[in-house]
Amino acid sequence: MSTPSKTSPNGGPPRAAAPAGRVRRLSRRDKWVLSLMVGLPTLIQLVLVWIPTLLSAALSFTRWNGLSLEDIKPAGLSNYEFIAQNYPPFWPAVQHNVLWLVFLALIATPLGLLLAILLDQNIRGSKIYQSIFFTPVMLSLALIGVIWQLFYNRDSGLLNFLLGTAGTPQAVDWFGDSGVNIWAALIAATWRHAGYVMILYLAGLKGVDPTLREAAQIDGANAVQTFFRVIFPAMRPVNVIIIVITVIESLRAFDIVYVINRGTNGLELISALVIQNLVGEGQVIGVGSALAVILLVISLVPITFYLSRAFGKDKEA
Amino acid sequence: MTMPEDALRRASSQGGWDRRTLLKTFGAGAIAMAGAPLLAACTGGSGPSASASKTVSFGSGSSDEVPKAAYKAVTDAFTKKSGITVTTNVVPHNDFQNKINTYLQGSPDDTFTWFAGYRMQYYAGKGLLAPIDDVWEKIGGNYSEAMKKASTGADGKMYFVPNYNYPWGFFYRKSLWAEKGYEVPTTFDELTALAKKMKTDGLIPIEFADKDGWPAMGTFDYLNMRLNGYQFHMDLTAHKESWDQKKVSDVFDTWKELLPFQNPNALGMTWQDSAKNLGAKKSGMYLLGSFLTQQYTDKTVAADIDFFPFPELAVEGRDAVEAPIDGLLLSKKGGQNQSAKDFLAYLGTPEGQDVYASVDSSNIAAAKGADTSKFSPLTKKMADVISNAKSISQFFDRDALPAMANNVMIPALQSFIKDGNVDVKNLEAQAKSLYAAQ
Repeated sequence: MSTPSKTSPNGGPPRAAAPAGRVRRLSRRDKWVLSLMVGLPTLIQLVLVWIPTLLSAALSFTRWNGLSLEDIKPAGLSNYEFIAQNYPPFWPAVQHNVLWLVFLALIATPLGLLLAILLDQNIRGSKIYQSIFFTPVMLSLALIGVIWQLFYNRDSGLLNFLLGTAGTPQAVDWFGDSGVNIWAALIAATWRHAGYVMILYLAGLKGVDPTLREAAQIDGANAVQTFFRVIFPAMRPVNVIIIVITVIESLRAFDIVYVINRGTNGLELISALVIQNLVGEGQVIGVGSALAVILLVISLVPITFYLSRAFGKDKEA
Repeated sequence: MTMPEDALRRASSQGGWDRRTLLKTFGAGAIAMAGAPLLAACTGGSGPSASASKTVSFGSGSSDEVPKAAYKAVTDAFTKKSGITVTTNVVPHNDFQNKINTYLQGSPDDTFTWFAGYRMQYYAGKGLLAPIDDVWEKIGGNYSEAMKKASTGADGKMYFVPNYNYPWGFFYRKSLWAEKGYEVPTTFDELTALAKKMKTDGLIPIEFADKDGWPAMGTFDYLNMRLNGYQFHMDLTAHKESWDQKKVSDVFDTWKELLPFQNPNALGMTWQDSAKNLGAKKSGMYLLGSFLTQQYTDKTVAADIDFFPFPELAVEGRDAVEAPIDGLLLSKKGGQNQSAKDFLAYLGTPEGQDVYASVDSSNIAAAKGADTSKFSPLTKKMADVISNAKSISQFFDRDALPAMANNVMIPALQSFIKDGNVDVKNLEAQAKSLYAAQ
């Protein structure tokens, strides 16, 4: 970059010394293209991300009935106080989100990794298995609801049928019992998340230089050692992505609890509360916005972690 | 037959909402929020429609096939009679209800389908609806006192034209009761005594489902009205009365006497599951809206279903009936259109109601003098209960602020059903904050 090239717009000599023709050539179409390329994404970003975010942050400090703009009244921190002190579903929702994170991190993600390692062994039909495990990621919300209903239904579900309790008073009420339904939902979430993690790790494993493996074997490492000491550290970029995805997935977990019972009765999650307060008839814009801001602030932590890692690595390179 | 929209909307929580609808609604909400200034500007700009116009625009949330066809029959008959054209805009009912705020502020139709109750009064109070006292002068004689009360705004003006309603009450299978020798209870003590007997007979005495959260409100409403009276129900749902008082805790304490007789698996069941149990004679009776009967497609079962109103408890006997009313409102813009008023007046006549009922016979026409000759004995009984009622409540989620019903009552009732505990202090704290935001 030290030698100014003719094609570099910024790296050239001071403008006064530049030949007039070149400046004109850059300033016409190139300038248009450049400003379009910078302006359009910025505009989209502004309209779709920043303005709504800032607006909803601003609304979280107001009371508003969603009708005319004059009805917006400043409310200070009262929405946040309401959430923390008087809103019974909030703290259970936080607990459930934490539980969701722990469960995904300790069970679903390792399960996905395990699937990836198994499928990476060139076993016969591994493509088919891959597709099967990945299918849940692609299914729509409505379909997932139907599928798990078939499993968990108290009287006619597969699970109670296998346990031999279907139709008896001992039958477990997988969705209705507030002590059980969060685990039922977590299993359903794992079913999806593991497939997602598996695909990412499969790609990661394919990207690991095979000579590393050979070198480890020559040095006398066994399979377990090879994996944990050599392969796994070599997949560091994928690991970072997986950590971030796991955290984000657990924060925005929503669809499964929503199809079960709209996130009530033991299935409260922050995201479900946001939807309940912002969309539809139970609209309380101030409280909903405050919940959304809380969720945003929590999400910023892993995002910052990821970005600092990603950019930090760029600098090293 | 399709069930009433409300029920259908709630029933859809089992997976009817796909991600796309949700995102669409959510996206629309975000855009609406961002575009609120624009919208506000628009409302000021739309000029008054010509008062002599021979057209009426009609926004309908009755998107199910049968009600849709029924409203079409009404508009056709009206056009034929008066020469006024009605353009109907049908919107899926979920969308219609969720977007009512932006709808009313944007460019609403002259007249549109809605419900009686708090939400009607609320928009009337915000000046988004046009009063129709002149219409009521013509049709007032067609309606009972209770219907009139339910159509009145908080300012005493009339806003609503009732089309049909459906009562809530106990449903049971006649053959089962005859076989076991059960008698219809008229007092609460008789009800609990009967429930005890049913339990020893190996039945679930009172069928109950609350996975979707709203059905339990029916039990709450009735206990509240029978214990504290209709006016207290209205004042409580309008938050003129505090939740943190003995009258409210008494409701829950009384309910605790019923809890052991209600289906213990209620929290995992939808009302359709419960309907199955009642149909299969596994349970003795079921407190629900009359849309329940539409679940029984088997003619012999359907003919075997009977109904009795909620027994009396402390005050007012059985005067109050919970019977949500659906009907039409006039938007602010429609208030300047005489043809729209004529249309409302037409719907409020027995003639207009008969046209509607000839297509959609599952509900009970709201006007007196509507043709009852095609009613089944059960429908007739229910219609009598409604026409003899001194006051008609609209169901908790129509009488109260929707946020109070959805965000506060649903979790509170579900946790009450689980362990019999309820924190009325917290209910009051939440109510205070939510009603203040309106």
